[in-house]
Amino acid sequence: MVYQSIEKAKNSYDVIVVGSGLGGLTVSNRLARAGHQVLLLEHHHRLGGLATWFKRKNHTFDVSLHGFPYGMVKTCRKYWNEAIKNSIVQLKNIVFDNPQFSLTTTFDRQDFTRILQEKFSISGSVIDDFFVTVRKMNFYDDLAMSTRELFEEFFPGRSDVHRLLMEPITYANGSTLDDPAITYGIVFSNFMDKGVFTFQGGTDHLIGMMSDELEANGVTICTKSKVERIVVEKGRVKGVMVDGRVISAPCVISNSGITNTVDELTGRDAFPDDFLADFDKVKINNSSCQVYMGIKPGESFPDVGDLLFTSTAPSFDSLEMRDMKTKSRTFSIYYPQTRPANPDYTVVASMNGNYDDWADLTDEEYKAAKQEMIERSLVDLERYIPDIRSKIDWLEAATPKTFSRYTLHTKGTSFGTKFPGLDISRKIFKVVPGLFHVGSVGIIMSGWLGAINYGVIVANDADAFLRS
Amino acid sequence: MTRGEIKDVILEIIADIDEDADMDGLNPDEPLRDQLDLDSMDFLDIVMELRKRYKLQIPEADYPELATLTSCINYLEPKLKAL
Ligand SMILES: Cc1cc2nc3c(=O)[nH]c(=O)nc-3n(C[C@H](O)[C@H](O)[C@H](O)COP(=O)(O)OP(=O)(O)OC[C@H]3O[C@@H](n4cnc5c(N)ncnc54)[C@H](O)[C@@H]3O)c2cc1C
Repeated sequence: MVYQSIEKAKNSYDVIVVGSGLGGLTVSNRLARAGHQVLLLEHHHRLGGLATWFKRKNHTFDVSLHGFPYGMVKTCRKYWNEAIKNSIVQLKNIVFDNPQFSLTTTFDRQDFTRILQEKFSISGSVIDDFFVTVRKMNFYDDLAMSTRELFEEFFPGRSDVHRLLMEPITYANGSTLDDPAITYGIVFSNFMDKGVFTFQGGTDHLIGMMSDELEANGVTICTKSKVERIVVEKGRVKGVMVDGRVISAPCVISNSGITNTVDELTGRDAFPDDFLADFDKVKINNSSCQVYMGIKPGESFPDVGDLLFTSTAPSFDSLEMRDMKTKSRTFSIYYPQTRPANPDYTVVASMNGNYDDWADLTDEEYKAAKQEMIERSLVDLERYIPDIRSKIDWLEAATPKTFSRYTLHTKGTSFGTKFPGLDISRKIFKVVPGLFHVGSVGIIMSGWLGAINYGVIVANDADAFLRS
Repeated sequence: MTRGEIKDVILEIIADIDEDADMDGLNPDEPLRDQLDLDSMDFLDIVMELRKRYKLQIPEADYPELATLTSCINYLEPKLKAL
C-alpha cells in the first residue's frame, strides 16, 4: 500500500494517532470503524513499531515475532479480520536447556503439569492450586505480593521450578521476581491457556493485512511523519505539530512511550503536580539485544525446536539476563514454513539488555561489543546446530541503541513500563481532556496481545469522549 | 423500546461478538459471562456498540449492571424508553 504524504493531509480530523505500533494501529482501526475520521502518523517509513521486520539479501528477519498466546485468535477475529486470524499457527516445540534442566514442551497447562510432576516431582494438587491461583488473578487485585513470594509459597526453595516458570516471562516482558505477582499471573495464564502461537507469513504479511484493513476503513496514514509536539491549549488538546504545521483534532492518542508522551511530546507544563508526582515514580522496562542469522540458499538444518530458552548461567537471575555478556538467550528458529511463499531458514537470538551499558561506548567499543555478542550467540547455537557457522551468509546485531533509534522510546524500552505506568496511561485523559495514551504499559498491556487489547480499551475511552 | 426489543438488541450484539455463542439455552438470570464464555473485552465491545447505536454512555462504574440478561434489560429500559 502507498501511504499518503504528510503535505496532503487535511487540516483537521476527529482523531490523530501518533505512532503505528500494534496499539496505535488497533486504536485507529476501532475508531475508524466506529465512524470517526482518523489520521495515523508514524515517524518510521513503515507501520508496526516493534512489530517489524527487515530484509537482507534474500532473508526477511522478524524482530518481535517469537510467540504470543492463543488469545490472539479471538482478538484478531474481533478487532481485525478473519484472514488475519486464520494466519495464526502454533509453535509446538519449546525447548529449555540450562544447567538445572533440559526439556521440550508445548508450553501449556497440561504439559507443564506433566513436566512438574514427572521431572520436578511436584505433587498434582500443588500444581493445580498454583494454576487456579494465577488464573484467578486480576489487575485490580492486591499488588502487595511479589512474584518471588508467589513462587516461594507454592514451590519453596525450588530455584529450578522458579526458573522454568519465570525465564520465558522475563524474556516476554522484562519482568523480574520483584514485580507484582498479578502481572506474572495474568501473562503466564494467557500462555498456559493453549501454548505459544505465531503468525504464518511473517510480520510483513501481518502488517500488510492490517494496513489494507485500515485503508478499507478510511484511515489516512502518513509515514515518515514525526510528530514534534502535541498541542494543548487552555488545558485541552488542540492537535499536533508535524512537518512544521499544526493539524487540529479534539482528540490525540499517543502510541509513543508514556514517558516521551508526557516529558517530550506534550510537555510537563500541561499536567497538574499530583499527576506528575505519580508519573515520576514510573519505571521503564529494559531494552533488548538481538543477533540475526541468515542461512545460505539451498542449505538447511534439522528441526531443533521453534523457541529455545537457553542459558549456561547456574540459576535464574534477571540481572544476569540483562548483562551485556549474558549467558542467557532465546533462539527463535524460523523454518521454511514461516513464509511458505518465500521459504528460508533464519535464526534470531534475543537477549534482554540495558540501554546505559551500550549508550556510552565509543564507536570502536560499540562495534567490538556487537561482534563479541554475535560470537557468543554462535558458540551457544553450535550446541544445537553444530555446523551452523558454515551455513550462514548474513550476521547482524541490534542493541538497545537500535531499538531506541527506530521507536524513539526512552532508553529503547522494549516492553514499556512497570505496573504503575498503566494507571498513568489510563488517567491521562482525565487531566488533559482529549489526550489519550496507548501502547506497552504496566507489563500486562505489553506484548502483541496486550498492545492490541489495550488499543481496544483506549478506543472505547476515546469514542466515549468524542461522542460526549 | 420495549423489554423484548432490548433483549433482541443485546442478543444480536453478542452474536456479532461471539459467532459461536449458543443463545438458546441462556438463563436470563445467570451471569452471561459464565454461560457464553464472555470476557471483560467482550463487555467493552457491548458498551461501545450501544454507544454507537444509541449514543448511550455507560460509565465504567455501571458495567456490573450488564452481568445478566435480565439486569441488562433492567438497566437499559429507562435509558432506551424514548427510542
Ligand atoms: C526484541 C523484542 C522481541 C519481542 N518479542 C515479542 C514476542 O515474541 N511476542 C510478543 O507478544 N511481544 C514481543 N515483543 C513486545 C511487542 O513487540 C511490543 O510489546 C508491542 O509490539 C508494542 O506495541 P506498542 O503499541 O506499544 O507500540 P510500539 O511497537 O512501541 O510502537 C510505537 C510506535 O510509535 C512511533 N512513534 C513514537 N514517537 C513518535 C512520534 N513522535 N511521531 C510519530 N511516531 C512516533 C514509533 O516509531 C513506533 O512505530 C518484543 C519486543 C522486542 C523489543
